[in-house]
Amino acid sequence: MPTQNSNLSRRSFLKASALAGGGLMLSFSWLAGCKPSPEKLKTLPKEWFHMNGYIRIGDNGLITIMSPNPEGGQNIKTSMPMIVAEELDADWKDVMVEQAPLDTENFTRQFLGGSQAIRIGWTPLRTAGATARNLLIQAAAQTWNVPASEIKTEKGFLIYQPGNLKIHYGEVASLAASLPIPEEVTLKTPNEFTLIGTSRKNVDVPKIITGKPLFGIDYKKEGMKIAMIIHPPAFGMKVKSFDAANAKQMPGIVDIFQIKSLQDDYKRTFFDTTQFTDLIAVVGNSTWEVMNAKKAVEVEYELLESYEEIRDMFGRAGSRTVPGGLESLDSQLLKMQEAAQNATVQRKDGDPEAAFKKAAKVIEQTYTAPFLAHNCMEPMNFFAHVNGEKVYCAGPLQKPELTEQALSSRLGIPIENIEIEITRLGGGYGRRSYAHWLIEAAVISQKVNAPIKLIYSREDDMTAGIYRSRYQITYRAALDENNELIGFHINGGGLPENPLHANRFPAGSVDNYLVEGWEVPSNVTTGSFRAPRSNFNASAEQSFLDEVAEAAGKDPLEFRIELLKKAKANPVGENNDYDPDRYLGVLELVKTKSNWGKQENGISRGVSAYFCHNSYAAQVLDLKIENGVVAVQKVISAVDCGILINPDAAKNLCEGAVVDGIGTALFGEQTFEQGVPTNKNFDTYRMIRMKEAPASIETYFVENGLDPSGLGEPAYPPIFAALANALYKATGKRYYDQPYAPQLST
Amino acid sequence: MAIFNLSINGQNKQVDVDPNTPMLWVLRDHLDLVGTKFGCGIAQCGACTIHFDGTATRSCQLPVSAAEGAEITTIEGISEKGDHPVQKAWLEHDVPQCGYCQAGQIMSAAALLKDNPSPSDEDIDNAMNGNICRCGTYTRIKAAIKTASQNI
Repeated sequence: MPTQNSNLSRRSFLKASALAGGGLMLSFSWLAGCKPSPEKLKTLPKEWFHMNGYIRIGDNGLITIMSPNPEGGQNIKTSMPMIVAEELDADWKDVMVEQAPLDTENFTRQFLGGSQAIRIGWTPLRTAGATARNLLIQAAAQTWNVPASEIKTEKGFLIYQPGNLKIHYGEVASLAASLPIPEEVTLKTPNEFTLIGTSRKNVDVPKIITGKPLFGIDYKKEGMKIAMIIHPPAFGMKVKSFDAANAKQMPGIVDIFQIKSLQDDYKRTFFDTTQFTDLIAVVGNSTWEVMNAKKAVEVEYELLESYEEIRDMFGRAGSRTVPGGLESLDSQLLKMQEAAQNATVQRKDGDPEAAFKKAAKVIEQTYTAPFLAHNCMEPMNFFAHVNGEKVYCAGPLQKPELTEQALSSRLGIPIENIEIEITRLGGGYGRRSYAHWLIEAAVISQKVNAPIKLIYSREDDMTAGIYRSRYQITYRAALDENNELIGFHINGGGLPENPLHANRFPAGSVDNYLVEGWEVPSNVTTGSFRAPRSNFNASAEQSFLDEVAEAAGKDPLEFRIELLKKAKANPVGENNDYDPDRYLGVLELVKTKSNWGKQENGISRGVSAYFCHNSYAAQVLDLKIENGVVAVQKVISAVDCGILINPDAAKNLCEGAVVDGIGTALFGEQTFEQGVPTNKNFDTYRMIRMKEAPASIETYFVENGLDPSGLGEPAYPPIFAALANALYKATGKRYYDQPYAPQLST
Repeated sequence: MAIFNLSINGQNKQVDVDPNTPMLWVLRDHLDLVGTKFGCGIAQCGACTIHFDGTATRSCQLPVSAAEGAEITTIEGISEKGDHPVQKAWLEHDVPQCGYCQAGQIMSAAALLKDNPSPSDEDIDNAMNGNICRCGTYTRIKAAIKTASQNI
């Protein structure tokens, strides 16, 4: 059995027992309050005892497990506590789950992003559970005066069989909380799991379906005012002056003033993205009154000059030039085409030039994708109360720790005086990593000296930036006279971000390989979007491989298998960033589950596979075109993310990735005219709706017992190309430019 | 400002607001019923769906002045114990991901099933067309509506 250094600090233990010694439960705030799981049986205990930062055990055996990471629909608030409960040997029906606030002392990486929560949390979460279990066993051993090694645990009970003794955890929790933390604990082997791998309901669903306050936008506090902001209508513009004389007279309006969210000389970290640092803030008693007053504020804007933005990218200081000017799609495209001619080599294997020279066939295609807005259903919002030197904030955000640093710097208030409560996120997808709105909320609260809740309207959000970058990749493939792939050339970039992962498949499977990348600066702000960069790389690469397979006269799925087998047997180059066996595993699984090669009449079928965030996904999509409209009949996903924590929740996440990806591929697009984002709300920004979702989605997982890896993102990137490849079968036309839907009707 | 007498979830409520105030904000800001969600403000996303005399209605476009005399039902009032067949089906299928749109989805589904207890796939698609789920839980929503239709 694996042992694990418990790594729980004495400090966190002392802090925990001091709270327990008080004999009182923490006074739960209005929003984060104790959330009984749906299967809860017992009444609340008289006293809670703190085992560590994650676990409190009540005198009646009820257990509270803290979920450290922000929950935005990935079901982490159920899955993370399940991992703790597994090693604790708790009975899930007696477990209550509570969302932890930002707490850098007890938790690490309280992030929502990169599909890494379970992968990185796997060992710490298990250790927390195993450590508490160890303490309970020791406490029972002392109480009964029997050897600890002979005490077993099961579903919240301590059992000493020889003496026929059995008590619940609550009966020795007080003693256990006073014992020294063991230096090493034993973790279970996967075959001992009884909770992990079983489907458990999302712990927040009872509140969601009854409309209980749960989201940041639902937050309320006595004396709270509502605030909204006005930002420039175009990228490349800034506030020059404003006149709020009339607006200030409107009913319910408290004040209207200009704020600066980030100071010009502030050294920005990775997630401190925003171009609109000068804003007009409107504060009032109710949302509707503030919305009306906003319309009455007259703001004059001026052109933004090119400027240097000081950056601190994960410890590397630097700066970048943000260009001035009002960009349009055409002006951007010209710059992109120019940059593509001056690309930088990112990887080179063999002699690509020679390979293309001697090729019997060369296939070349260019793929593009537009800016995308995240469009979280819950508009951006945050509660902030800056009360002198104390700051209390609550709301939805993905990277609270990093935002806290920016907030501290902006307000000049030390981090220890700042408290951030994390509410459930009404969607994140990367958008809520860039928490400029939290800084804005705090600056507004400081100015009006009152608790405020900042709310963005849908239009404020959709036109505020932090979009997925605009991308373009050109692929060239060289086939010899035997239709063997002998050369591969990728030239790709973006405005402003280069999407390429140079060492991913098909790198390693082609002898002569060249990757070149480029970037074009822009003043349109961009940021992470579900499966950053992968979401475009996969769509372009997997569409292109389909076309190459066809040119080579090969079955598209078998062609991918052939390349991966080659990469496995004789990998070309170094640093290949994937495991061919696991890639092959999902392709073989989807091949079996879809009866590949035997689809029904009238159905057009596409395949695609991708690796990202440490996991592998392959998909087969079946569709029909009915009266010019795409009707996706079925999607079959095969996914390898190692051990599954909560299988039905994992399926839900993969189903969502499929629907999200189909919608984005067909409709998703933000465009610009003279710096102005043209899509401002859902009347023109087309989102996928129920009738466009697949009639059925099946998800299968590779069972390999490997430690869990990412799942929030990996099933998203491949679906774009599965759709494009199926559309080709249905229409005889290849789809190179996203979104695809406008090309279907012409 | 004017006084409005409203019937919400079977209870009489009085508010003093601008007559143009949408019911969405009356519910959320003035009556502390925050289950009805703000999504777009232009009746495109369905997050704010309530029942107006039993009909699914976007509360962001319903001025409080038009709500007097009508029976308004919100997600908080659709059942006393969260056991409306639609709510139970949502639990059974573990529908939500982020969960933000789900109150609106449930209100649209409940109104559909009241009028049409055995809807076809097409009926469901049409009735739910005004509700966006950004996380993409549509297949589960549809399955849950079918389950609920068997228990209504």
